Amino acid sequence: MNAVSPSRAGWALVLPLVAFIVIAFLAPIATMLLRSVHDPEIADLMPRTRQALAQWDGTGVRQVAFEAVSADLREASATNQIGRLAQRLNRERNGLRVLIDVTARHLEREPDTKLSRIDPGWSDPALWQILARVTSPWTGRHLLNALDLTVTPDGILVRQEEARRLYVDLFLRTAWVAALVTLICALLGYPYAYAMAAAGPSLGALLLFLVLLPFWTSLLVRATAWIVLLQRRGVINEGLLAMGLIGETGRLDLIYNMTGTIIVMVHVLLPFFVLPLYSVMAGLPTSYVRASASLGAHPLRTFARVYLPLTYPGVAAGGLLVFILSLGYYVTPALVGGRTGQLISNQIAFHMQRSLNWGLAAALGTLLLLAVLLLALTLPRLAERGGLRT
Amino acid sequence: MNRLARFGFYLLCGLIAAFLVLPLLVIVPLSFNPEPYFSFTPAMLQLDPAGLSLRWYREIAESAQWRLALRNSLSIAAVVTPLATLLGTMAALGLRRLPTRPRKMFAVIIASPLVVPVILFATGIYFFLAPLGLTQSFTGIILAHTALAAPYVVVTVGSTLTTFDERLLRAASILGSPPLSAFFKVTLPLVAPGIASGALFAFVTSFDEAVIALFLAGYDQRTIPLQMWSGVRDQLSPAVLAAATLMVLLVTIVMLTTMLIARSARSAGAGR
Amino acid sequence: MLVACPKVSSAALLGLLITYGPACAADALTIASFGGQYTASQKKSQYEPFTASTGVTIKSVDYNGGLAELTAQVRSGMVGWDVVDVELQDLDRGCADGLFEKIDPAQLPTGSDGVAAIADFVAGSLHDCGVGTVIWSNVLAFSDPAFPGAKPSRIEDFFDLERFPGRRGLPKRPHAILEWALMADGVAPSEVYRVLAAPEGLDRAFAKLDTVKDHAVFWETGAQMIQLLADGEVALSAAYNGRVQSAISDDAKPLKIIWDRQIWNADYYAVVAGTGAKGRALDFIRFATDTVPLAEQTKYIAYGPVRRSSQPLIAPAIAATLPTAPANFNNALAFDAAWWTAHGDAINERYAAWLVQ
Repeated sequence: MNAVSPSRAGWALVLPLVAFIVIAFLAPIATMLLRSVHDPEIADLMPRTRQALAQWDGTGVRQVAFEAVSADLREASATNQIGRLAQRLNRERNGLRVLIDVTARHLEREPDTKLSRIDPGWSDPALWQILARVTSPWTGRHLLNALDLTVTPDGILVRQEEARRLYVDLFLRTAWVAALVTLICALLGYPYAYAMAAAGPSLGALLLFLVLLPFWTSLLVRATAWIVLLQRRGVINEGLLAMGLIGETGRLDLIYNMTGTIIVMVHVLLPFFVLPLYSVMAGLPTSYVRASASLGAHPLRTFARVYLPLTYPGVAAGGLLVFILSLGYYVTPALVGGRTGQLISNQIAFHMQRSLNWGLAAALGTLLLLAVLLLALTLPRLAERGGLRT
Repeated sequence: MNRLARFGFYLLCGLIAAFLVLPLLVIVPLSFNPEPYFSFTPAMLQLDPAGLSLRWYREIAESAQWRLALRNSLSIAAVVTPLATLLGTMAALGLRRLPTRPRKMFAVIIASPLVVPVILFATGIYFFLAPLGLTQSFTGIILAHTALAAPYVVVTVGSTLTTFDERLLRAASILGSPPLSAFFKVTLPLVAPGIASGALFAFVTSFDEAVIALFLAGYDQRTIPLQMWSGVRDQLSPAVLAAATLMVLLVTIVMLTTMLIARSARSAGAGR
Repeated sequence: MLVACPKVSSAALLGLLITYGPACAADALTIASFGGQYTASQKKSQYEPFTASTGVTIKSVDYNGGLAELTAQVRSGMVGWDVVDVELQDLDRGCADGLFEKIDPAQLPTGSDGVAAIADFVAGSLHDCGVGTVIWSNVLAFSDPAFPGAKPSRIEDFFDLERFPGRRGLPKRPHAILEWALMADGVAPSEVYRVLAAPEGLDRAFAKLDTVKDHAVFWETGAQMIQLLADGEVALSAAYNGRVQSAISDDAKPLKIIWDRQIWNADYYAVVAGTGAKGRALDFIRFATDTVPLAEQTKYIAYGPVRRSSQPLIAPAIAATLPTAPANFNNALAFDAAWWTAHGDAINERYAAWLVQ
């Protein structure tokens, strides 16, 4: 950027957008981060219990705590919040829904009954340890949960039971898919970008047009197109069948699985690799390559020793862009990924919209954001350092 | 050998080009499917014109839901585009007038919506707007789309500015032109192409956006991407293909026009 | 939907260009239901006649069951739906959680034969918070050309990939699937819910499902399920009988229903708590659950009406396709909604995790 003398007008021009982004974008992101460690829902529904258990040393439940729970349950019944409380507590420990429902109904009839007389479950010290933990509005359990970890009632950190262990695998799967998609984009994108840069003006314009057309076309249109092509009665399978290459029972499963996710993601992200690489290649002076060739170097050697290193910045920029975009992909896996092609973003949406486990959604989101920021901040520096050495 | 390698290379590039574009072309004939499924009928495969039908085009033209969705998408984009273009252009012009340190910091803030996965933004803005009663509202969607679109405007206008020679402005002020009039007479015409392509980017960002809309739209705020989403996921019907064909057609026309305009502008500039 | 009106105008203020916000009809009603062929049947037999007789326009929203969206709306105070079509387990739960308004059955019209509503509705189809509409069934369905030789006919065949190869369709929710898995594994129908309640029983059901997991395609909506079967994406699928019947009778798709061990359930209309259109919503429910609209609905989808007075109005050819037809009903199992209300949370969570693993 050519130098312009700093001036007060600069601030006046920039600040409106900066303020807008801080309010409309960064504040929501901060809200999400906060939600992953701050979950006041139970605390708000059980204020007395929270107070009674706040200073509790973990041994011997006192009478005041029983009364607090009893009063909170009665109030929750009166304000129609008992179902929400029961569901929320059940998530912390399976079976609590029934206990809360039964107890609340009993208390509606006979408000003064002792809890332990309604259900022996209330005499279990482990239950009170859980209550003490979940009535605190600040919590690390969503983040632990997002890492497949949990804390036992006695406060020991352990892995989740096997049926509930999935997020670490899902994060790894997401990273693996992102890496694979980036690699395929590089293998397809590099020759294509080279052809664009090397071609004459008309062919170059045509090749550019062919990249930009899908780039500007809606994600949903592209997903639809691939469904039409890849499904079992789709264009590709029907074509192979007509040519006699496969039989009726040999139709290929190309979509609604990981294959579908990867094919469509490559299609969507390829332009993001090609365009930055093309801009680097188009700016290269051809004299180096010609010099090397005129000195008698083999074309492959020229390519490997001269041309390729010159295009590293473009490869790094495109690759980083594709990798980071892949990590957060949602629409494509949701539409064409079936069961096995789902990524971490889909699980975040699931907990936001279906299971309503908003704390866990926020915790998964926080981890994903950390991964993306870490990459966005460190990789360009690594690439730069690598670039300096060559 | 050399010629063979050349041939192989161009064949490879041709295949990649086909991979990029053919899927978009396949939906065109299928959108004339007379049946409510996504596959070719025997009559269509025999290229029998009687096997084609405008059924699904009629359906989207007559459907109140598709019409509402189109109106909503256009209305939202009609607010987002000028808002994002104004904020983005101002910021692009202003960034270069700042000292290095705040400039870098602000650039990071402005670029953040481009890096952060949109699902996280959707999650966050839902938490953020729910207590304000702004979920299921146009206001929420417009705010979010503007935040996503404005950074693109900053990038496109900024890249035009890098080739913009500040000495022109100084020359104008030496000749006695007041700053504002210099802006309108010198700066604006020179960065106009950047602003125009930034505005186009902003429009497309909003018009194509599905994730924010999934989280924030209620029945009355359904947009075209949401309509397509439920068309692909919930009730697969070739109406989606008809809509997709129209969108591909629209994109092709817009791109060809901008390319032709850019070419004629370049040749006009060369002529001068 | 009164709340929606000021939002539109604030958007109009913000956007100088929105001069034509969506029509803010004072007399509209938003009804959420399951989409596809099912919603189509409601439109023809209930929504459209209601609009014709009252002038109230109906905005139809699709959802996939469960209480998540409704809960999110009620929690955030942005209630967009007025009436919801719900299954019994969701009605029970939502009623306990205060998501629905109470409905007094005495307000419902008497049947066309003069019998009071309370006696006219079959047992269990009137609820504190909802009015029953149809009895529908979870069945298996298959694509006929996918099995050129022997045809699958029993619930065990779903899990027999050797004799009946081909991809399986499964829903993204566990209802009816776990019951079938246990029955196919040899558990007597009367024992299913008792076995399923114990951790070992649940593990056993999941182990049975594991045997078909790698050959399964999972669907979220009934419309998807039909598309998968019609397009040949799956050979044999868990299904809703009415939608399969529609694909057979209306679109001549080569599909077949297996009635063995069908698991039947009922749908209800409920009024969302806090809606601004409670009066209109109740008017609609009274209208839609009357004798004639319920009988009319069977013309568009093969689900049985819950009013006894509707039965004589159904054509015999249609009656034979309903889940309650004697030929179809002989070893049917009733979906135990109360059991699911008590155990649903944990099982839903485990099933969702199983899907990802």
